Amino acid sequence: MAELKVSIVSADQEVWSGKAKQIIARTLVGEIGILAGHEPILAILGTGEVRVTTIDGELITATADDGFLSVDNNNVTVVARNAELVSQG
Amino acid sequence: MGAQLRVYRQKIKSAQTTKKITRAMELISASRIQKAQQRVAASGPYSRAITRAVSAVATFSNVDHILTTEPEVVERAAIVIFSSDRGLAGAFNSNVLREAGELAARLEGQGKTVVYFLVGRKAVGYFAFRKRAAEKIWIGGTDAPEFDIAKEIGDALVEKFVQPASEGGVDEIHIVYNRFVSMLVQVPEVVRLLPLEIVEGVEAPDNTDVFPAYEFEPDPSTVLDALLPVYIESRIFNAMLQSAAAKHAATQKAMKSASDNADKLIKDYTRLANNARQSEITQQISEIVGGADALSSAK
Repeated sequence: MAELKVSIVSADQEVWSGKAKQIIARTLVGEIGILAGHEPILAILGTGEVRVTTIDGELITATADDGFLSVDNNNVTVVARNAELVSQG
Repeated sequence: MGAQLRVYRQKIKSAQTTKKITRAMELISASRIQKAQQRVAASGPYSRAITRAVSAVATFSNVDHILTTEPEVVERAAIVIFSSDRGLAGAFNSNVLREAGELAARLEGQGKTVVYFLVGRKAVGYFAFRKRAAEKIWIGGTDAPEFDIAKEIGDALVEKFVQPASEGGVDEIHIVYNRFVSMLVQVPEVVRLLPLEIVEGVEAPDNTDVFPAYEFEPDPSTVLDALLPVYIESRIFNAMLQSAAAKHAATQKAMKSASDNADKLIKDYTRLANNARQSEITQQISEIVGGADALSSAK
């Protein structure tokens, strides 16, 4: 199965990066779920959580506000001024 | 003769004290460069991601946005100068101020009015001494820049930029900062921040592949609205981090040569002091011998 390469970056560091099956984020217009093979998109994030299901099935939650999400070619980048990992595992 | 020797000893002592101070400062900045460099590197992914995204919107939508459109006439231009809060960094601050001065002269030559935004106590002091006005100043925290300050600067700049020139706004914005090239080299750099010139391939190394056709959510102009201020902040934050790293490197270099000079002074004065001591002894001996001769010949 194809996989997503995800990186979550905040202004001063890379918060998390790795491979994932699925990523769910909240944009200005609603929640968006991204699986491998998604079309390229650039979306503005609303305040909320970004949930990443890693390739091993782990669920990683991060807060991200004031940011955006870009997907191209199975590379997902979540960019936020303030991003923080909430839980891992 | 004794007085001469004392003077030399005083000078040696003073050079030694100075050397202790400069050595300590050298070590402090050496340890801080590491950290500053790491912060520059850590902010890399963020600015790369943003640059890439901005390039994508700019390439794949034909929205005209105020931040990217060239104004027809440029009446007022702003220069943002990134200096440091402290001196003792060699030519660090004078370089950046000189560069800004040249830029201002060039812009004024084109008939533009120049307004200044200053970051760091040294630039502020330079302007205050020359009684030149600055639009806005930020002092403090140049050694370890905070993103909040970059945001504040970015907001102030965007606000000025969207204002029409007749109401005190500006039509273009340039930033001048010291870029950290290596421990030994820091170059002052001038970048036109607004209107945006998106430099592709410089900050995003994997830009060679063709951009895919993007979907924008909610729509291209909203995305651009949200992205551009962020892009500007990240450029400013990057300039601040570069400037901080360059400052530490410049301080280290300046303090190293100060310590070396102190060493040289100590050596020179020690030689002179030895000479003075030796000639004092020689004189005393010849006085004693002369006295003894006089006594024996008088008998």
